Amino acid sequence: MKALMQELRENALKAISGADSADSLEALRVKYLGKKGELTAILKQMGKLSAEERPAMGQLANQLRAEIEKNIESMRKKLDAAALEARLELEAVDVTIPGDEVKLGHKHPMYKALDEIKDIFVGMGFTVLDGPEVELATYNFDKLNAEEGHPSRDWSDTFYFDKDSRVMLRSQTSPMQVRAMETMELPIRIIAPGRVYRKDEVDATHSPMFHQVEGMVIDKGVTMADLKGTLNTFMEELFGEGTVTRFRPHHFPFTEPSCEMDVQCHKCGGKGCPTCKGEGWIEVLGAGMIHPRVLEMSGIDSEEYTGWAFGMGLERLAMRRFKISDLRLIFENDVRFLEQF
Amino acid sequence: MNLSRKWLNEFVDGVTVSDIDDREFAEAMTMSGSKVETYEDMGAEISNIVVGKVVAMEKHPNSDHMWICQVDVGADAPVQIVTGAWNVHIGDLVPAALHNSMLPGGKKITKGKLRGETSDGMLCGLYELGLDERDFPYAEVKAAALLNNYHPLDAEKPSIPADIQAGAKVFGPVVAAKAIAVKTVGVNEFECVLDLGGSESVCITGCQNIHEGDMLAYNTKSATVCTLTDLHAQQAEFPNCIPDGIFILHEEGLKLGDDIKPVIGADDHVVEFEITPNRPDCLSVIGLARETAATFNKELKLHEPVVKGGADAVLTELLKVEVPAAELCPRYTARMVRNVKIAPSPKWMRERLRAMGVRPINNIVDITNYVMMEYGQPMHAFDYRYVKGGKIIVRRAADGEELTTLDGNVRKLNSNMLVIADDTRAVGLAGIMGGENSEIVSDTVDVVFESANFDGTCIRKGALALGMRTEASAKFEKGLDAYNTLPAVNRACELVELLGAGEVVDGIIDVVSNLPEPTVLQLRPDKVNALLGTDVTTDEMLEILKKLQFGVDGETITVPSWRGDVVHYSDLAEEVARFHGYNNIPCTLMRGETTKGGYSAEQLLEQQLGGICRSVGYDEIITYSFISPTYYDKIRWAADDPRRESFKILNPLGEDTSIMRTTTLPSMLEILTRNYNYRNKSVKLYEVGRTYKLGGEDGLAVEEKYLSLGTYGDGASFFKLKGVVEAVLADVRAENVSYEACTDNPSYHPGRCAKVYSGDTLIGVFGQIHPLVAANYGIDAELYCAELALSALMACRGEEPVYTPLPRFPSVTRDIAVVCDKAIPVAKLIDCIMSSGGKYLKDCALFDIYMGSHIAVGMKSVAFSLTMRADDQTLTDEHAEETMSAVLKALEAKFGAKMR
Repeated sequence: MKALMQELRENALKAISGADSADSLEALRVKYLGKKGELTAILKQMGKLSAEERPAMGQLANQLRAEIEKNIESMRKKLDAAALEARLELEAVDVTIPGDEVKLGHKHPMYKALDEIKDIFVGMGFTVLDGPEVELATYNFDKLNAEEGHPSRDWSDTFYFDKDSRVMLRSQTSPMQVRAMETMELPIRIIAPGRVYRKDEVDATHSPMFHQVEGMVIDKGVTMADLKGTLNTFMEELFGEGTVTRFRPHHFPFTEPSCEMDVQCHKCGGKGCPTCKGEGWIEVLGAGMIHPRVLEMSGIDSEEYTGWAFGMGLERLAMRRFKISDLRLIFENDVRFLEQF
Repeated sequence: MNLSRKWLNEFVDGVTVSDIDDREFAEAMTMSGSKVETYEDMGAEISNIVVGKVVAMEKHPNSDHMWICQVDVGADAPVQIVTGAWNVHIGDLVPAALHNSMLPGGKKITKGKLRGETSDGMLCGLYELGLDERDFPYAEVKAAALLNNYHPLDAEKPSIPADIQAGAKVFGPVVAAKAIAVKTVGVNEFECVLDLGGSESVCITGCQNIHEGDMLAYNTKSATVCTLTDLHAQQAEFPNCIPDGIFILHEEGLKLGDDIKPVIGADDHVVEFEITPNRPDCLSVIGLARETAATFNKELKLHEPVVKGGADAVLTELLKVEVPAAELCPRYTARMVRNVKIAPSPKWMRERLRAMGVRPINNIVDITNYVMMEYGQPMHAFDYRYVKGGKIIVRRAADGEELTTLDGNVRKLNSNMLVIADDTRAVGLAGIMGGENSEIVSDTVDVVFESANFDGTCIRKGALALGMRTEASAKFEKGLDAYNTLPAVNRACELVELLGAGEVVDGIIDVVSNLPEPTVLQLRPDKVNALLGTDVTTDEMLEILKKLQFGVDGETITVPSWRGDVVHYSDLAEEVARFHGYNNIPCTLMRGETTKGGYSAEQLLEQQLGGICRSVGYDEIITYSFISPTYYDKIRWAADDPRRESFKILNPLGEDTSIMRTTTLPSMLEILTRNYNYRNKSVKLYEVGRTYKLGGEDGLAVEEKYLSLGTYGDGASFFKLKGVVEAVLADVRAENVSYEACTDNPSYHPGRCAKVYSGDTLIGVFGQIHPLVAANYGIDAELYCAELALSALMACRGEEPVYTPLPRFPSVTRDIAVVCDKAIPVAKLIDCIMSSGGKYLKDCALFDIYMGSHIAVGMKSVAFSLTMRADDQTLTDEHAEETMSAVLKALEAKFGAKMR
């Protein structure tokens, strides 16, 4: 019997090591260890043994079973690993094939630029205001010190809805200064982006509708130095640290002193090149200390309070930012344009 | 405003181009408030061109029209230059471009050979130097018709025989004459000795192209040499007898070898300024000289005009001035000049005018322009002959009155316009343009100089209404200094005497209606520093104001008459800031009470909506707020649709931008169309745009924002768009959302359009654009659009989410299919299922709708997947069965729907 078991062991281990699949391995398990398997067949002969021999033989049989099972198990692991490897090889893909397209929408480049500007000012404690585009001439002109007779009030420059030139399309976001002064508690820190309208024919740099951002601060003891400091911070945030700026005298009816702010040309570093038309500087916005008369007209005591304000054109900024050569592209909304941003 | 730097040098020392180069000058002037746009060295492109003298010339052996000239340019030996021009004579002074020279426009001249003959340069014509006859009137070339240059148009039938001999008749009194000798006797004056075939004759001619041996056509009756015009000949018949040639110099004091640049005025530098409307005083050389002197801390040297006068006349007997429209003419100043000799003005004056961008005309007109440039005071000169009754009346025009202005246009006037009139009629449009009827002409003898101050608004409105903004009106409209009229008119008279252009009549007519008092201000140095954030000393402030010619008495400041813009201490602060230096103002950060800042709820919603739209592939667009009224037709709104009531622009750019939209739909359709026409295959667009409806406060608009969506291509369908609408509503957590078929919106497909509600609030409409609307836009594709009101989205925003525990027990899914009437909306079936299913029914999802074989006509089969779950135990089969049978029972009872 022992010899039989020995023979079984040799046959079984040899067969197992030669198995080439999980199925053939399973067949070998059934063949040797199954209910009707060869080991069972040998054990059935136990009855013929003496009572003394049985325990030893039983132990031997159990050992043999364990050994065969262990061999089957380790062979199974080997085969599984090989099968997995084969499958992974089969499943390999060409990773350079483009992925399935996920179409994302795009923010309009101009609003992309605007959102950045808004976030910068919100971070400095400014409130973002919205206001009417169909506006009273009083707000657009009179209360901004551009009295009757100011050239920008001409019908050749501004769109009107009535013969008396009372209701108009705002030609600047500055009326929001007046609206804020009349309705908000002091101190005031606001920006007011929005659409403005002027009677300009459409060309590469003009559009009868365009966008501006207005900004205003009114408080006790506000100075022109604050204007410079705040706008410099803003420009550094927008164009990057180390941005060089300058302030030039200028004229606006509703600020005094007034200035224009230039940013040093990024292309030539101020030497002068075609981008900056040889000047070395690019104009970015107009600003100034709010004219005392403008404060007074909106009921703010100009002896106690001072303020500064700025206004900047958005289209030109976005165009420069994204190197857009023609303003018409902004309003054309060709998806081949929009999807570049 | 252009500024000649040579002219500027007359008023400020130490600011020449060699003291301060253009770039440095521009930078400093810009930073002190006079913004420089560009600057130009007028002679930058000219080099190595010198004054030369033709010392010998001979005909080119290999050409019928070229000359070989020996030109003395002050060097050891003359230079040989070949020229094709026929107006050159021995002894002429000419601009000679030498080897390696440069002409305006970048043209380079080098030595070379012309038909075998060496040419070491080029003789220059007027145009080659960037000039024209207006700059040098004497350089106009007049050409004789040279019979030896005659080329018949028809070789078979020549009008003049090729071998015509001296003395032969050409026609009438015109005979052929051979030039035996030609001598220059004056500027454009030549003495020709002519062989008339047996007899000789001497004549003086202005034709510059005659040389010894030329055969001329000579009019024996008038004793003149014939030009092409005299012979009624065409240019092609005399190809080389052209009215063009070398610029023969007739300037005094020229030395051979001199650089040509100063000779032709190309040694000036011109700076172009952008002058802001508050500074009309800077629209003049003197105004800019004041700013220059202050900027560079140099002395300003102004000149007081001195007029000798003494003409034999009494001014008050010749001229009277009445100003009935005194409110529009604060001051009218006039002087007179007699025995005027109209002629070109001298070179220095022409050069300065030209540098400033003004075309020279004649001495009198040039003087008025010169004074306007120098003093910033527009002047006008009338021919006294045409001032009827010796009277000038400054009055409003009569309504309908007509005047032909100097430009030859007939202008129809009205009573808002101011005219200069004589006893009988208007002779000029005040402050804008003179009248043709009193223009200075070549035989003008007596001249009236007007130097007046007119109301700016009146001039501006008049110029605008007539569409004729002139140099003068552009100055007047900004409001000029009424104190300036007197020095300006005196300067004009001084120049008349300087130029010897006439005799000035003693006396001045000066009608003053309103001369403003000088503005006096207190400086308030502390306020100035507080406004600027600086600590400029009072002394520095006073110094700055002094150098700008403000009157300073302690801290009491008297504003000069030309600075009408300075009326407040903040204006003085700007003057201080300008010359203290804007860049010397420190930079500080905001101080004071902090403010919270941030976005409004509506702005946050807009940002949220943009985010959702982009996440589902929609691109943002920006459209014009104004549209054409015909766009309402294109979207098929009825002619009497009240939504057509729009804000109408009374002065639109064009019909397409003439009304404010009351709907965003046409804007979206226009952009979809444009993309479609660009053959963009699939397009998804969104915009948060405004509409403008009548009825707002104060006569303003009710401006409402809409989320507008539009798409075509890439399988666009009603349900794809609805999915986007659902996503938007889910994102804002809108509650009780329902959809209702909308069959009566004329812009949309009647069977593929829905209104969407949250509770009872209408949020908007969406669906397929009506094929007829698409056809109106020329599109043969399915367009889908949605218009959702932002205010409604705002109102239906749901509560903040609150956590509900996740289910602890598994759910069971059962599918059912029922057959019911085709017309029953799926939403009703779902409502019925959900309301009848009891507490275990958690969800009902549609998964199929079928119509066709095995289903009766007019019926449909609708299949749902029901999800059931109990919250406290694993659901039993019994519970599921109960739920299903309750649902089926309700569907049958309510809609007659039977299980399929």
